[in-house]
Amino acid sequence: MSIVKHQVGHHFFSGAQESSSAKLGMWLFLVTEVLLFSGLFVAYTVIKSTNPEMWAEASSHLDTTMGTINTIVLITSSFTVALAVRAAQTNKNGEKNGQLFWLLFVTILLAGAFLVVKYFEYSHKFHVGMLPGEAYFYDGIPHANAHRFFGVYFLMTGLHGIHVVIGMGVLTWVLVRARKGHFYEGYYTPVELGGLYWHLVDLIWIYLFPLLYLV
Amino acid sequence: MSMTQAGFAHEGAQETNYLQAKKGLMSWLYTVDHKRIGVMYLASVLSTFLLGGVMALLVRAELFTAGETIMGADTYNRVFTLHGLVMVFLFIIPAIPAAMGNFVLPLMLGAKDVAFPRLNLASFYVYCVGTVMALYAVVAGGVDTGWTFYTPYSASVNGPVVMMTMAAFVLGFSSIFTGLNFIVTVHKMRAPGLTWGRLPLMVWALYATSIIQVMATPVLGITLLLLAMERVLHVGIFDPAMGGDPVLFQHFFWFYSHPAVYIMILPGMGIMSELVTTFSRKTIFGYRAIALSSIAIAVISFLVWGHHMFVSGQSVYAGMIFSFLTFLVAIPSAIKVLNWTATLYKGSISLAAPMQWALQFLILFTIGGLTGIFLGTLGTDVHLHDTYFVVAHFHYVMVGGTVTAFVGGLHYWWPKMFGRMYNEKLATVSSILFFIGFNVTFFTQFVMGSQGMPRRYYNYVEKFQTLHQISTMGTWLIGAAFLLMAGYLIASLKSGAKAPANPWGARSLEWAIQSPPIEHNFHEIPTVQEGPYEYPTTVGPAKH
Repeated sequence: MSIVKHQVGHHFFSGAQESSSAKLGMWLFLVTEVLLFSGLFVAYTVIKSTNPEMWAEASSHLDTTMGTINTIVLITSSFTVALAVRAAQTNKNGEKNGQLFWLLFVTILLAGAFLVVKYFEYSHKFHVGMLPGEAYFYDGIPHANAHRFFGVYFLMTGLHGIHVVIGMGVLTWVLVRARKGHFYEGYYTPVELGGLYWHLVDLIWIYLFPLLYLV
Repeated sequence: MSMTQAGFAHEGAQETNYLQAKKGLMSWLYTVDHKRIGVMYLASVLSTFLLGGVMALLVRAELFTAGETIMGADTYNRVFTLHGLVMVFLFIIPAIPAAMGNFVLPLMLGAKDVAFPRLNLASFYVYCVGTVMALYAVVAGGVDTGWTFYTPYSASVNGPVVMMTMAAFVLGFSSIFTGLNFIVTVHKMRAPGLTWGRLPLMVWALYATSIIQVMATPVLGITLLLLAMERVLHVGIFDPAMGGDPVLFQHFFWFYSHPAVYIMILPGMGIMSELVTTFSRKTIFGYRAIALSSIAIAVISFLVWGHHMFVSGQSVYAGMIFSFLTFLVAIPSAIKVLNWTATLYKGSISLAAPMQWALQFLILFTIGGLTGIFLGTLGTDVHLHDTYFVVAHFHYVMVGGTVTAFVGGLHYWWPKMFGRMYNEKLATVSSILFFIGFNVTFFTQFVMGSQGMPRRYYNYVEKFQTLHQISTMGTWLIGAAFLLMAGYLIASLKSGAKAPANPWGARSLEWAIQSPPIEHNFHEIPTVQEGPYEYPTTVGPAKH
């Protein structure tokens, strides 16, 4: 096991300036992500408050068990990615390269498990017709415009699902570099930023789950 | 601005500059140098400005007579929509931050580059992709929704609306990347000694702009995404036929687009602060007030979106609150205008080309700002809403404000960018032509609007004929002014006199290095010891 020394960008004075810049940039990017979802939360609030009965009825037709399993899966993956960051931070001469690799690998695996569960949830809804807009043909909800609930449901969970896929891509890139020994106690910015992104994906789900499935 | 001698260019000894440092097309396409990216942005936004300008000339030509003049009503709707979309999303939003800001921000900070050079290049390519998508939508039949994409019309009308909204979505990413990059650059890349209180006001303005870009653009992104989903899946969020709420779209749209008008004007205000001090030979009056008013504008701009919706079925109480907040946001703008005017007082004013544009800004922006107060007042807005008065108001702000500041900045930093001086006499002719043409075009529109001429209409009643014709003739003068400007600027690249390091005697860091700068800007990072406007002789009691 060995490590590859990181070269600081030519326009920075120091590695500390470089990593603190990268972190600030990542936090700003996460702000934009939250604001991107904020539009959907506003749409959620408006439609829910104008159609409370339809909303309550339609919401009870979601599969709470699958939602709970997915919540546990994502929280666990947040834990493993946090351990991965810790492993990179304390990686002295490459002795924790292996640990870092496996923690990232498990995180990606859990992300995949989330998508598999989501696939079964989605295919059930496609099958019975709990769909947005004109595609809606489910007859178990005795309220007008129940398709609007599923419009919001698919938009929110769909956009979140896209973020899970992107997160898997980012973590895979980090994993490949970790395998080459790029991360050690002197340089672990990509692991940290990838971890931050993954926590955000997790956090959004932690809001989506109660708002859609439980409330 | 004083600093260690190492930062100054050695007179006479011109070194290989950033334009010559590497050769060939590929050296430009793969560059991560903020100066080259700025120049590529500049070339792009000038091209889109030409396209949007031609559309404006066509719109005005069509309105020369009532009924059909040169095009049918459907074509007219597409042409004015295209004018708005091109000018807003392709020209004015990236114009000052991405083109000029990219070039000058790291120089003003004493940095070798922005914090994320590769993200900077990515932003440019994302902008290119968005532009190509928008142009494709034009070729594929065009869009006639107006640049605001109001539902339910935009959710149901035929045409490549989805392509156009996705183009704006992609352009939003480019804008976010630039804003994010600038915020981090200002926080982390300042030279030693360059405290927040010593930053040039252009930097403060770009910083405030970036905050809005980062905070508002994602909301536009999700809005346009929802609009596209409404068209494709009929999800019932905006479309009343599916149980949706079309006014919700207006809330979403203006939550971005009102702050966005400050994305357009704030960087122009930054340029103003530089021009007014440099050409008055005097330190700025009220540095702190101008700097903080930029931040105040950025914050309050998020709270005024409802003033676009006074007649959209919003509650009267909401209208009153939005009206109050609208008056509030006028205060920081007024603070700036008054401080610039106070800076001129007893200054040693030179009327070089950049200053001519700065003075135009002071006059035109003030008219634009004050007429905004009329529109922010509930009672008068009901009468003036959706008339030419609104059109004239925002053109006084966007063209009379931002475009004049952009052109002023272009003339100011042109020698730094390309190392050449332009023909000062022709520049004067151009600025006078523009000033006359602009007022002829848009002042008449205030009159027409107050008499009830609705905006966007293809046809009009006979009593407006004369004013419409005068307005159209004004656009010919504006066109001539820009044609002349394009001529002498291009000629200067070939045959202009070589520019010295500091042709205007300005004090900020970018003038301390040679024109054009070397690839890495500074041989040695300078140490800053003073504010950016410390002119040696100040008449009267100095104000710090």
